[in-house]
Amino acid sequence: MFIIKLVLKNSIRHKLRTFLTIVGVAIAVMSFGFMRTIVTAWSSGVQSSSENRMITRQAVSFIFPLPYSCLQQIQQIPGVTEVSYANWFGGVYKDAADWKNFFPRIAIDPETYFSVYPEFIVPADQFAEFKKERNACLVGEKLAREHGFKLGDLIPVEGDIYPGRWEFVVRGIYRGKDQSTDETQMFFHWEYLNERMHVETPGREGLVGWYILTVHNAADMPRVAKAVDDRYKNSRSSTKTETEREFQQSFVSMSSAIINSLEVVSYVIIGIILLVLANTIVMAARERTKEYAVLKTLGFSARHIIGLIAGESMFIASTGCVIGLGLTFPMAVGFAKAFPTFFPVFNVETVTIILAVIVALFAGVAAALFPATRAVRMKIVDGLRSID
Amino acid sequence: MPQNGTMIRVDHVTKSYRRDRIEIPVLRDISIDVPTGEFLALMGPSGSGKTTLLNLIAGIDRPDTGKVVVNGTDIDLLGESELARWRARHVGFIFQFYNLLPVLTAFENVELPLLLTGLSRKEKREHVEAALNLVGLGDRIHHYPKQLSGGQEQRVAIARAIVTDPTILVADEPTGDLDKVSAGEIMDLLDRLNKEFKKTIVMVTHDPRAAEKAHKAMHLDKGELTT
Ligand SMILES: Nc1ncnc2c1ncn2[C@@H]1O[C@H](COP(=O)(O)OP(=O)(O)OP(=O)(O)O)[C@@H](O)[C@H]1O
Ligand SMILES: [Mg+2]
Repeated sequence: MFIIKLVLKNSIRHKLRTFLTIVGVAIAVMSFGFMRTIVTAWSSGVQSSSENRMITRQAVSFIFPLPYSCLQQIQQIPGVTEVSYANWFGGVYKDAADWKNFFPRIAIDPETYFSVYPEFIVPADQFAEFKKERNACLVGEKLAREHGFKLGDLIPVEGDIYPGRWEFVVRGIYRGKDQSTDETQMFFHWEYLNERMHVETPGREGLVGWYILTVHNAADMPRVAKAVDDRYKNSRSSTKTETEREFQQSFVSMSSAIINSLEVVSYVIIGIILLVLANTIVMAARERTKEYAVLKTLGFSARHIIGLIAGESMFIASTGCVIGLGLTFPMAVGFAKAFPTFFPVFNVETVTIILAVIVALFAGVAAALFPATRAVRMKIVDGLRSID
Repeated sequence: MPQNGTMIRVDHVTKSYRRDRIEIPVLRDISIDVPTGEFLALMGPSGSGKTTLLNLIAGIDRPDTGKVVVNGTDIDLLGESELARWRARHVGFIFQFYNLLPVLTAFENVELPLLLTGLSRKEKREHVEAALNLVGLGDRIHHYPKQLSGGQEQRVAIARAIVTDPTILVADEPTGDLDKVSAGEIMDLLDRLNKEFKKTIVMVTHDPRAAEKAHKAMHLDKGELTT
């Protein structure tokens, strides 16, 4: 009790210094939390991928399409339960400079797409409406919220990969099965895309961006991948088939250098927290050398001295940590608002919070280590002779 | 302890400090007997070893050779934590610069030594108030050290020294930083503690007027007793 009282009284002795240290720790903890959130958001696409889905794409690059005729052939391959397909549409919606408008627009096959992606949940009546109309589209709930899309709204898009002016009518809003599902996409009929290609740019019809396969048994995946790729080995459009996880990792790894550096910086921040805190605690303990000597003279033990120094360190570290974490949430929300489609899922994970707390507690202990040892080892007579 | 027995016995004590690899002898073969109830003044020029000797008696430093026996306890034989407990129980300290904790009030400063005892809250409060009343500061209990004069601070320090009812009091130049009037008040207080409360006191001082209150004065010079 007394130790706690003295710790608090000591902490506010140099109000400005304590305040600045807390602010320093808070900013560092916030940066730490924010960076870890980016790192986890970046890899969440990989984590949310399904265990039994595979992607078949053109072997050279994702940007070259495959013939529609592959569909039936792939369906024949043993172990494959279902096949769907999709095209990346791209296009420009409103002001391209605003990240908000950069959401994924994908042409899909309504008959199969939602059974290979059961995590996208569309109300049955809306889905029926969607299926009836050539230029209907479905948008994710988060995307709809972001742009204020309502059923019946028209979304005009200026095509780039598929030139021309395109208009889509919102006929449904899908919801994700859980937090990690991407709710920022727009889906429309592959058939609509294909028809217009047929009429407007002959030669570009009957092409598919990639196929999505589901397999009965995850253990079959290597065999299925080999069977598919062998099937097209010597054709003009040789394929590359991989698990959805590998496929998404190939995207993530494009930016892995950035992620790695963020990760390194987040560890550097731990060092900064430690330095900021240690500086203050070492200074405070040095100023109080004589007081520790007096306390020892009166019979107080090493335990009390350690309690005083570590207590002050922990007090500053935990206050800074709480404030820093408190700031991480609005910061993450603000970031997600500014770049809504940057990451499909952007949440401060519990593990990030736990990590930040551990970091702060560790810094609190580590910062007190040296000054506490010094104060405990100090001989009373030397401490009493020190000038304050 | 028998009345008028020996309270403090310093037996052939030597002590030296090392500075830059050079041994500086501070105390050379000192022996003193301080009877129970004595009020002893230690005098001598600066650097003669007065504080060092006082520290050995109070158990906050250890002699190189020889022994210190207080109230029948050979304190050299105590381990560090035993010694700390012994100090808390038996010794009251009064320093030249008061050494109060600036963040604590007069009450809290005096309460400090009692925190190591098993007293109840109420008992502690009574002890602290009694000690502060004794030094004449019953009306200043919630003041912080910086709100007190030097003489008042020293009286708080004396209250802190006596609140546990220690066996001996040690004072290192208790009036060294005070004006004449305050110094006189402090000396009267120590005199009262010795006469009324039968405390054995060892006091280091430069001030001959302060030494007059003591029963006996001993002089140290270059680590040796001259009287
Ligand atoms: N902890 C220490 N480390 C090194 N040297 C010390 C230490 N304590 C005392 N000394 C040295 O021992 C000698 C005696 O010191 P001490 O403090 O006992 O003198 P003193 O008689 O109390 O002097 P003053 O009247 O100035 O207080 C001095 O030379 C001092 O420098
Ligand atoms: Mg001295």
